[in-house]
Amino acid sequence: MSASLIASLTILALSIFLGFELIGRVPTLLHTPLMSGTNAIHGIVLIGAMLIAGSAHSGLEKTLAFVAIVFGTINVVGGFLVTDRMLDMFKGRRPPEGGA
Amino acid sequence: MTVPLGLAQSVVNLAYVVAAIGLILGIKRLSSARTARSGNWIAAAGMAVAIAATFTSREITSYWLIVAGIAVGTVIGVASARLVKMTAMPQMVALFNGVGGGAAALIAAAEFHRLAPEAGHMRGDTVAASMFSALIGSISFSGSLVAFGKLQELLPGRPLTFRGQNVFNAALFAATLTFAVLAAATEQQPWMVVLLVAALVFGVMLVLPIGGADMPVVISFLNAFTGLAAASAGFVLSNNALIIGGTLVGASGTLLTILMGRAMNRSLANVLFGAFGAPAPSGAVASGAATDGQVVREITAEDAAAMMAYARQVVIVPGYGLAVAQAQHATRELADMLEARGVSVKYAIHPVAGRMPGHMNVLLAEANVPYPQLLDLDEANPEFPRTDVAVVIGANDVTNPAARSNPESPLYGMPILNVDQAQNVVVLKRSMNPGFAGIENELYYNPKTAMLFGDAKASVERLVTSIKEV
Repeated sequence: MSASLIASLTILALSIFLGFELIGRVPTLLHTPLMSGTNAIHGIVLIGAMLIAGSAHSGLEKTLAFVAIVFGTINVVGGFLVTDRMLDMFKGRRPPEGGA
Repeated sequence: MTVPLGLAQSVVNLAYVVAAIGLILGIKRLSSARTARSGNWIAAAGMAVAIAATFTSREITSYWLIVAGIAVGTVIGVASARLVKMTAMPQMVALFNGVGGGAAALIAAAEFHRLAPEAGHMRGDTVAASMFSALIGSISFSGSLVAFGKLQELLPGRPLTFRGQNVFNAALFAATLTFAVLAAATEQQPWMVVLLVAALVFGVMLVLPIGGADMPVVISFLNAFTGLAAASAGFVLSNNALIIGGTLVGASGTLLTILMGRAMNRSLANVLFGAFGAPAPSGAVASGAATDGQVVREITAEDAAAMMAYARQVVIVPGYGLAVAQAQHATRELADMLEARGVSVKYAIHPVAGRMPGHMNVLLAEANVPYPQLLDLDEANPEFPRTDVAVVIGANDVTNPAARSNPESPLYGMPILNVDQAQNVVVLKRSMNPGFAGIENELYYNPKTAMLFGDAKASVERLVTSIKEV
């Protein structure tokens, strides 16, 4: 087992715990925006598609990589924008500071 | 790492660290109302850093394909995010999730193809991660498309079931796993293709039997799945940014799915394999008997308006019907007119009203409904006994008393809004068709209840006109 694999597994384990800890006390109100926001974050798969595309040789690899980049970009761009639109709906209607 | 990295590659990896911090802070801030919006942009900024850094990565030798792909994806992503109606948000999230899963599966397939000349000598961890990524990514892709189809009503929202479905699905999943093992063991391309096809079919079969009312939980579940697929794509490519981003979503998405299930008083297993809302033999007979020979009372808009105009307190219970009809502005107008007459108006928001948790809050916020008027489940229920008229606008299952009283009902145990405790109930509804879960609602046969049939927006507008004349 290579040292880099061990390092990656360490990162994996820590990220699992971090992911659980981060959203421990989210109010129901924010379930949808949070799902949508994290949905955009797994669009990070785009950078994997870029790495594949940048070193693709055969036509098949290029085709697969191109579709993967389009998919990943839709995931990232659409995901963040839709989340922002959802959260935009909440602005200006929060209870005033110090209670209503 | 024992091999020293070139300077350029070190910069890329450091940029990934910055990106990861952005993603983590983003998720953290997204889970609190005050900071959510900035959190979304911090996460987006982290993503931008990761993408920019990847451009300078030494693995990339050709740019035009990447630039073209990002350009096409950006146009589609911006257009769909901007043009989608607020009511269609849930299915849009399902689509964005699906393409993410699809991307992870394609990465696995492309890398497997690239390594094909080394068949028999591939690295074990790379092969295993490819299989996992292809499997989970494909399930997420096709499952999300089915969820989209159901929410968009291209497919029937009711659970599609057949005898022995769970057994069939278990066998299909076992076969899919077998193909993954065969592909990994032989390192031959055709098995990879078979695996991808089988996983796509499994994704469809997994989501088809799940009722539309459960789609939010399913989308959240598939969201976590896509996260895991992205993380395993990170193992395929030895890329830590992918591992961190994907795993964060996989873990937080799993917890979010559990929290959402809890808000509906359902376990994840029950959502996935329970075929919720299917015509269960005993439950259907029981609810059929309960409504047999009972009559529904219809009311005119004029009568309903008079009842509301002379009430002391009116509680509005919005549901998906309000969202579909885009009735939020008309509803706000109705509430304003009632308040001008001295009626106290509140909104009772069930945590899962609509198609997603928080769906109603978003819509009512769009219509500038004052925040203090919104009551959540725990605040609303004590108000109903003091309420003269409960106005149910396009909500159904979240008001069904069977959830309290009928252990046979699939809804039994779900916390509901006790609208039947109000003095009068007016239900605005398109027709007597059962709700999204496909379950009869005995509330409509309650002698206190009067039905105002029609499109929610048209009905609310008729109420507004009638109140002007009262």
